Amino acid sequence: MIQQQESTIVEHHPMDVLLRQDRIPHIWCSGCGLGTSLTAFINAVRDCGIPLEKISVVSGIGCTGRVAGYLNLDSFHTTHGRALPFAVGLHLGNPSLKVIVFSGDGDLISIGGNHFIHTARKNMDITVICVNNFNYGMTGGQGAPTTPLGSRSTTTPYGNFEFPFNIPHLAAASGATYVARWTALDTRRLKNSMQEAILRRGFSVVEVISPCPTLFGRLNRLGTGLDMMKSYQENSVIRHGADPASVAMGKDGKIIVGKFVDIERPTYLDMMKQALGGRFNIPIPERSVDKTEIPMDGE
Amino acid sequence: MGEPSTSSEKPKYWRTPLDIDKLQMPKGKVFIIKERCKGCGFCVEYCPRDVLELSYEFNSKGYHYPYPKNEEACVNCKLCDMLCPEFAIYTVDATKEKKTEVEKVGN
Repeated sequence: MIQQQESTIVEHHPMDVLLRQDRIPHIWCSGCGLGTSLTAFINAVRDCGIPLEKISVVSGIGCTGRVAGYLNLDSFHTTHGRALPFAVGLHLGNPSLKVIVFSGDGDLISIGGNHFIHTARKNMDITVICVNNFNYGMTGGQGAPTTPLGSRSTTTPYGNFEFPFNIPHLAAASGATYVARWTALDTRRLKNSMQEAILRRGFSVVEVISPCPTLFGRLNRLGTGLDMMKSYQENSVIRHGADPASVAMGKDGKIIVGKFVDIERPTYLDMMKQALGGRFNIPIPERSVDKTEIPMDGE
Repeated sequence: MGEPSTSSEKPKYWRTPLDIDKLQMPKGKVFIIKERCKGCGFCVEYCPRDVLELSYEFNSKGYHYPYPKNEEACVNCKLCDMLCPEFAIYTVDATKEKKTEVEKVGN
């Protein structure tokens, strides 16, 4: 028994090649969904077929913002909320790169909310992975624009009375071409969705519902990370193609997940080439961009 | 060869597959990096074959890490690998190679 146990203990993991070893183990709490999201992302990046030197990851500030520091890819950790402007500059400066923004709800939707809607409006060829844990986890659990109605946080001790943002609706209304939402537990579907979003042209958004047991879960008596994962398993409903306006996080606790929007729209560079192509040389990279449908359960 | 030889208990079939002599049940081997584990319990809870269990011992951080209590049942589905937030567990195909453990990371 002891002998068998010893043979299973090792020192290295197959995903270590895509992680900066000097920064592992990461600082995320036990039961947090960020590590699971990062695992799905690493699998998606590995399987999407784009060479790793053509991928760059940009993060903002927050617990999720640390992803850029942990990934062994070309990555940048920007100031608070400014991950998208940096990513736009990177994309326009070198259009052959695939720029992926991996950040949290506070960084992307609150402090960087203005950048989010305008990058979606211009349809920049950028993928956004927004991990939503319903509060500002790193700074002590303050209420965020995504905190559901009635939920407690350190700045809303009597329950939140502000209407929260519905991220898929915000993204779809601003002009995103691919919008999906999964919980951190749907790790295979999440990985397939991230892979699809990376391969799409245009502004693609994947929202990940993630447990925060240390702050949001503790203040709302939701239990450990495992308890929150179990509640996602019970309460999430797959509804592909649902109207993004109808997928707000309701009071009844139902979480509607799935792929909501998948359309084609000319990107910023396409429109620029159409308007100015006769006068200037505008390079549009030949990325292997196709409508690869990745089969997902529940379709 | 006639029946899947990997599992300890015999699988029950509603209907015997016609190509049962060609089918081979996948079998996995679990590897755990115990010092990385933070004891969240995702792998133990969601393993579809109930292979894992939290150990009685602690690692140096003070968390109970998982160990394979019933490794014979592992079918290499890699769900623990994908759910683990700490990059602390993975499985490999045990039927292909004996020595597939990751020895060293390239750069």
